[in-house]
Amino acid sequence: MIPSLPRSAASRYATAAYVAAFFVFLFVPLAVVAIFAFNDANYPAPPWRGFTLDWFVGGSKGRTGLFADAPLMRSIVTSVVVATGVTVLSVLVGTANAFLLERADFHGKSALSLLMLAPLVIPGVILGISILAFASRLAQFADDTFGLELDFLRPGLVLVVLGQFSYIVSIATLTIAARLKRFDATLEDAAFNLGASRAAVLWTVTLPYLKPALIGAAAISFLMSFENFNTTLMLVGSDPPLTIMMYGRMREGATPVLNAVSLLLMVASAAIALSLMRKR
Amino acid sequence: MFLLLAPAILWLGGLIVLPHVELAVLSLRSRVAPRVYEWSLNQYATFIDEPLYWHTFVRTAAMSIFATLATLLIAFPVAWYIAKIAKGRAKSTLFILCLIPFWVSETVRTLGWMILLRESGVLPRLLVDLGITAAPVELLYHDATILVGLVYTSMLFMVVPLVSALESLDDSLIEAAYDLGGNGWSILRQIIIPHAAPGIVAGSIVVFMLTLGNYLTPTLLGGKNSLWFTEQIYTQFITRFNWEQGAAFGFLLLILSTAIVWLGLKLSGQRFGDVMRRS
Repeated sequence: MIPSLPRSAASRYATAAYVAAFFVFLFVPLAVVAIFAFNDANYPAPPWRGFTLDWFVGGSKGRTGLFADAPLMRSIVTSVVVATGVTVLSVLVGTANAFLLERADFHGKSALSLLMLAPLVIPGVILGISILAFASRLAQFADDTFGLELDFLRPGLVLVVLGQFSYIVSIATLTIAARLKRFDATLEDAAFNLGASRAAVLWTVTLPYLKPALIGAAAISFLMSFENFNTTLMLVGSDPPLTIMMYGRMREGATPVLNAVSLLLMVASAAIALSLMRKR
Repeated sequence: MFLLLAPAILWLGGLIVLPHVELAVLSLRSRVAPRVYEWSLNQYATFIDEPLYWHTFVRTAAMSIFATLATLLIAFPVAWYIAKIAKGRAKSTLFILCLIPFWVSETVRTLGWMILLRESGVLPRLLVDLGITAAPVELLYHDATILVGLVYTSMLFMVVPLVSALESLDDSLIEAAYDLGGNGWSILRQIIIPHAAPGIVAGSIVVFMLTLGNYLTPTLLGGKNSLWFTEQIYTQFITRFNWEQGAAFGFLLLILSTAIVWLGLKLSGQRFGDVMRRS
């Protein structure tokens, strides 16, 4: 119970022990991933055989370190490209949606705002297969009627971006709309009264106010895209992003180079997250 | 106005509504000759006739419910500690510590569990060193392993709504109940749980959905024995190229997922939009 009520020492120790055990449970998997990135062995397993940086920089002795592993490095680049595309699309469309939800008034608005949340409850695998099927129907149609070969509708990066965007934009919309809701509309009125044009008001008053939400939405979109697996798995073509690449290698029993790339991811996402929290 | 409506229509129409219509059409047709199709319920009949398919479906649903309950039970005391017992700096530190593992991708977390649990891994080795087992045991590829992985990966989505629900509970209510002779159990049942219900439902719905639709954790931690329904969808769609069957499976999963979400909202009398915004 709460501290203001009498608690026995035993119950206090039990609670503390439980919470401690919980955090061990949370962090042990991450810790072993990090530790075995530096183990001097060909397989990420005990015992400890000494410290090495082979799995980051190695390129000899039959060991391919992260920076020498061309397919792995390429998949990181692919992930960054995809995540950038998803982020730009999500923030742009999310901003438009936020204005639509907060400023416009039209018939069927509540239905639309509910539909905007729907992608969040559709399992990612199903988003993937439905977009795959629909895109292939469109491609077939274009081929049959116009004799057009629309390659971008076949499994590949364009579909991966669209698939991830289809639900990440819901989150971006929620984030941006929540801030826009708290906006004091009289500020805009004041700017209008002072003779500012509509564009000038948007650019100098409204958007600067929205900036924290825009940055937040962008960071969340980027992270979610980078980590997406389910939707991507169904839509990926011949150039896999990092999560798909790692999955393939994990099934085969990979070398500690995966630990190395994981450690890199941990450091990068912690840096993004911490810098975001400091801003708030 | 129309300029604002256009992106939303393109997004929802082109990427959500029409693809799902396409999926429904696919699931309801069958091929009678090359490029000739007719309406049929064949795919759904196959699902019922083939025990492997509906066993996998029921199994996935049951394990997801179990994983959700386990996540709730494990997360609740921690959320309580963070919301009510920890103070000041310790409180915010603990809360952030809960979030950290989830900034890292699920792939990385699953890799961690594989290194810990496989036969040549850390935990079997430890068991041998401690003299508990004579030889290393394989801890991967069991149902329990899948559950551990699913609970782990869902934890954040339970802790966060629970903490925010419990934080809004006024301590004086608990003190009053205590002064009136309530004990730990009756206070939990009559004061705390009713107050935290929105958080409990929100967390449970999200965890259930994510678990049901998970692919990575069951396949990697469960191996060939995982029998997860999303795996069947993948097999039909990508490996066997039987899109009609895969679409039917997809729809069944979607229906189950939606039904449980709806049931959860009905039981707790909450609105969908509120739950989504909270989580």
